[in-house]
This record gives sequence, C-alpha cells and structure tokens, in this order.
Amino acid sequence: MTTMTIEKPASQEMARTEPICNRPLFRPNVDIVEHKDELIVMADMPGTSSEDIDIQFENGTLTLYAKVPARQMQDIYYDLNEYGLGDFQRTFQVGETIDSERISAEYEDGVLTLHLPKTEAARPRKIVVKDA
Amino acid sequence: MLARINGSHPINRLRGEMDRLFNDMFEGFPRTAIGTSLAPVFPAMNVWEDTDHVFVEVELPGLKLDDIELLIASDELTIKGERKDSLGEQDTYHRRERGTGCFGRTIRLPVDVKADEVKATLRNGVLLVTMPKAEEARPRKVEVKSLPK
Repeated sequence: MTTMTIEKPASQEMARTEPICNRPLFRPNVDIVEHKDELIVMADMPGTSSEDIDIQFENGTLTLYAKVPARQMQDIYYDLNEYGLGDFQRTFQVGETIDSERISAEYEDGVLTLHLPKTEAARPRKIVVKDA
Repeated sequence: MLARINGSHPINRLRGEMDRLFNDMFEGFPRTAIGTSLAPVFPAMNVWEDTDHVFVEVELPGLKLDDIELLIASDELTIKGERKDSLGEQDTYHRRERGTGCFGRTIRLPVDVKADEVKATLRNGVLLVTMPKAEEARPRKVEVKSLPK
C-alpha cells in the first residue's frame, strides 16, 4: 500500500480560478489509475491540440489547462445545442510521492494522458523474508 | 343504449384510483419538458445549418473512426459507437468519470439531406458531419416584382 493522495480541491477552490475572458471554462472528465510505479491521469479534452495544452506541476498541485479554439462563429443559431464550447481546466492536489521531473503527457483523439511516475521511495517493495 | 359513464361507475373509480397511484409514483421526479428524457442523452450534439448544408458536431474523445458508425437516411441521423476500456482489470481506479461502452442515438434532422454526399471528419475527438441539403430543402430566392402601375 502506498500513501498516495490525489484529491480534487474543494469547490470553493475551483471557483477561485476564474477565466479572464467571457468564455466558459469546463471541467474535463478524468480517469485516474494507479499502477505499480506510476499514476495515470486521462482527461477528455476534445477539440484542442498538444500545443494548446498547458500542464503545470507546482507545490504538489497539478493543473491541466487546454485552450479550445472556436470551431463555429459566435453568433451561430443552433437547431440543437446540447453542449457548450470553451476551454478546459482542472486542478488536482497530488501527494509528494510523484517524481515531477519525469512527468510526461501525450494527446491523442481528444484525450490527454498524463504519466506521473512515483518516486523511488513510494514504489512498493517486496521484502524477502529469510530463514533465521 | 350506452350506460351513462360518470364518476360513480366502477370503471371510472378504478381509473381514478390508477391515476392517483401513478401521480404518487412519479412525484419527486424532476419535472422535465415534454420529449426530454430524465437520463442524460449520449452523445450530446450540436446541430446547425447554412444555406446549403446541415452540420452535426459531436464530441467523442478517445474514439477512432473505426469505432463510429454513422447511418443517414433522408432526414435522420443515427450514430453508434463504442468507447473501449483502455485500462486493465487489475488496475486501481482512484477516479473513474469517463464512461465506456456502447452508445447509439438517432436524431431528426431539420431538413432532408443528400445521404450519399455526406462527409464526416474526426479530429481530436470532435466529429463533424457535413450534409448537403436536398434540392427541395434549399432555400429559394423569390423574386419580388412590383405591379405595373
């Protein structure tokens, strides 16, 4: 068992980061999976590109931000309008057991995949029991 | 001759009882507009038009073109697909918000389209379907003549 904690900040904390411009900011859906030696964060961020994604890791806070360029004219009339367009942002509190130097990320088919490798100390170790 | 049906008729009393039962059952459910379902529909769609085309846009992150099936009749569009689970069974999930599995949805298009000239592109998880409007559905410019005086 590792003592890894990845926590979603409280809602008040989310509200503190406000977009400067008038466009809506969306919270992407994520999957967070723990492997033996890394944590994987997968975020649905359709419509952006690898150049427009900004990932920051500072003081145990991981922030994902993706700029989504407008795909249609702003004053378009929709026959059916079921989702909005805007940038994506989400922040996580990550335990200190992540090796921030080796964090890597890739973007494919609208999904951002982040690899957060665990530090050497946080990896599970098998202890061999010897006969006395 | 038909018996006059009024409130005291056993059938009507039974019916009143059934209505009351149903109303009680659905009380507490959120009231939605007619035609909308209580469950969120997937995938969400944006539909708009220009003079010659109907556009349908769907956000489908994590899907490849091979995972998506599009069926277009003259005024109906059906989208089917499956988002596969990319992770193994033995992995520990800390958070699981991204849905997986099969989906299907049919929508009625605002006008008839030429089903055989439809184009679809999938870029960065955004599917855009461009459908030319059928000839008879295109707007026609009507010339307005002034009456001779």
